[in-house]
Amino acid sequence: MASASVIDVGRPVARPRSLFSRLRGGLQGTEYAWAIAFCIPYVGVFIAFVIFPVFYGLWLGHSPSLYIELFHDPIYQQTIVNTILYLAIGVNVKMFFALLLSGFFMRKGWWVKGLLMVYVLPWAVPALPTFISIHWMLNTQWGLVNNVLWDMFGIDGPGWLDTSRWLALGSVITTYIWKNMPFWTVILLAGRMAIPQELYEAAEVDGATGIRRFIHVSFPLLANLYLVCTLLSTIFTLGDFNTANFISGGGPALSTHVLATLGIRDAFEIARPQLGVAAVLSSLPLMIPLVVILMHKLRTSDVQL
Amino acid sequence: MSATTIQTRRPPNYRRRKWAVEAAALLLGVVIAIWTLAPIYNMVMVALESHNDVFSTNIFPADPSAYSFWIVFTEGYWYLEYFWHQYENSLYIGFWTVFLTLWVGSMVSYSIGRMRIRHGWLLTNAALLTYLVPAAFLAIPFYRMMQTYGLGNNVWSIIAVEVTFATPYAIFIFQQYGRSIPLELDEAARIDGASPIQVYFKIYLPLMAPALVAVGTYALLLAWNEYLYQFLLLSNKRSMTVPVALAQFLNSDESPWNYMMATAIVYAIPPVVIYYMFRGRMTAGLTMGGVKG
Repeated sequence: MASASVIDVGRPVARPRSLFSRLRGGLQGTEYAWAIAFCIPYVGVFIAFVIFPVFYGLWLGHSPSLYIELFHDPIYQQTIVNTILYLAIGVNVKMFFALLLSGFFMRKGWWVKGLLMVYVLPWAVPALPTFISIHWMLNTQWGLVNNVLWDMFGIDGPGWLDTSRWLALGSVITTYIWKNMPFWTVILLAGRMAIPQELYEAAEVDGATGIRRFIHVSFPLLANLYLVCTLLSTIFTLGDFNTANFISGGGPALSTHVLATLGIRDAFEIARPQLGVAAVLSSLPLMIPLVVILMHKLRTSDVQL
Repeated sequence: MSATTIQTRRPPNYRRRKWAVEAAALLLGVVIAIWTLAPIYNMVMVALESHNDVFSTNIFPADPSAYSFWIVFTEGYWYLEYFWHQYENSLYIGFWTVFLTLWVGSMVSYSIGRMRIRHGWLLTNAALLTYLVPAAFLAIPFYRMMQTYGLGNNVWSIIAVEVTFATPYAIFIFQQYGRSIPLELDEAARIDGASPIQVYFKIYLPLMAPALVAVGTYALLLAWNEYLYQFLLLSNKRSMTVPVALAQFLNSDESPWNYMMATAIVYAIPPVVIYYMFRGRMTAGLTMGGVKG
């Protein structure tokens, strides 16, 4: 019983009991009252703004007929395909390039350090201003992308956002990569920096350099971090509303919605909150395994993320 | 003689290869810079153009002027009627989000990490779970809930959301950082007769200052970045925030792109400045905590 109270979270091994708790035999009386009091604000926030909306949402979307309606809806079917592509391509391409670029930013030299400062800008600048900027860049007639294509190469650029579903979805995914890659690069860079230099030296003595050093030394050490980052990023991306909403707005002809934007559209534009909640809840078969794996990984492993 | 043999052990074209690698790195650097800066360049370029030049095939502003910024500052366009009021709303939300996140987060972390409350792990798991639930997925029930409470068009409903989603990160960082502070300090103070609340204010908070700065910056950036809840809950022109007003521009029939971009830049400057000011601390915090989207 006593040992349960000293279990430190994130570190399942029980710590040796400190002098103080030995003297006092754990928290008692006013001490305990204080400890409880310090938790009250957080418990209040958690119950009012997490537990309650979650159960309210589950109740709103509990009717099976909603799901039958959704699965027969061609827009919903397209949305599922879009969401899967968005996650599969967006997350993996982003993480892969972040891994490569984190190696690039390990290089020495003043200009690499300076470039890193510039490189993190997409992440430091708030999302909305840059998304609106990219939306205008992709304008068929007057956008910067087509202007550059025309002025420099004489190519008449396509209508990125309003003609084809695949071009629009590609634009959304590219913007997503632009916005989020810097953050994960910095995380992986920190992971690389934590690898002791001696390991590389030892590997070099054994003849591992260049790509072989990456395969046999860096990657095995980064693999766990990389996996956790990918899973975490998948969950965050599933809930990403802003990118699709501001780049393509779900268009052309509602063909590039993802689950997060479709849920909001159903709930507010066509005023059917139950249907919107059902659209969001239909991602639970993917969400729950991810959450379970991540809860386990983030709690027990030494991945510091 | 022996010196030369040692040198020639390296491949003869070693230097040339080194230069080739350096040149390739430089080339990659240029590509990265263009990729990163293009949307930001576009933002600045459009903001410096006049209304007619926006609708042209220019790659560079033909006649750059700061006129659009002047319009934004003086609220000289009907969409910008309440610009400063909306900016104030954003600042107000940012300030209270930071303050409440630090307050709620540090109290609960103190209780779990320092006072070692029984079943504290349950609270940490609750935080972890909140961290893993995408905020956008709770928007619909949250909106209805706030309408029932009569908190529609009230900035406090937004502050509640931001605090809810910033606190889990705060709890991680505080717990991680708290482990580096020896527990003996608390014990010594307690034996000298300090109450838990005195230890919290006089020992815990001062020693946690670096973590408080990192989490505070994070909470501010989160509040500044958030759009969906602000869009759903704030529809009144006087209660809305800058991003909601910006998005309204986008949906209007004739969008004054140069004013929009100027507004966007004015809105983006504070977080960028704060981010670069506390970059070192943030990066240290990031490797520990990670940030939601």
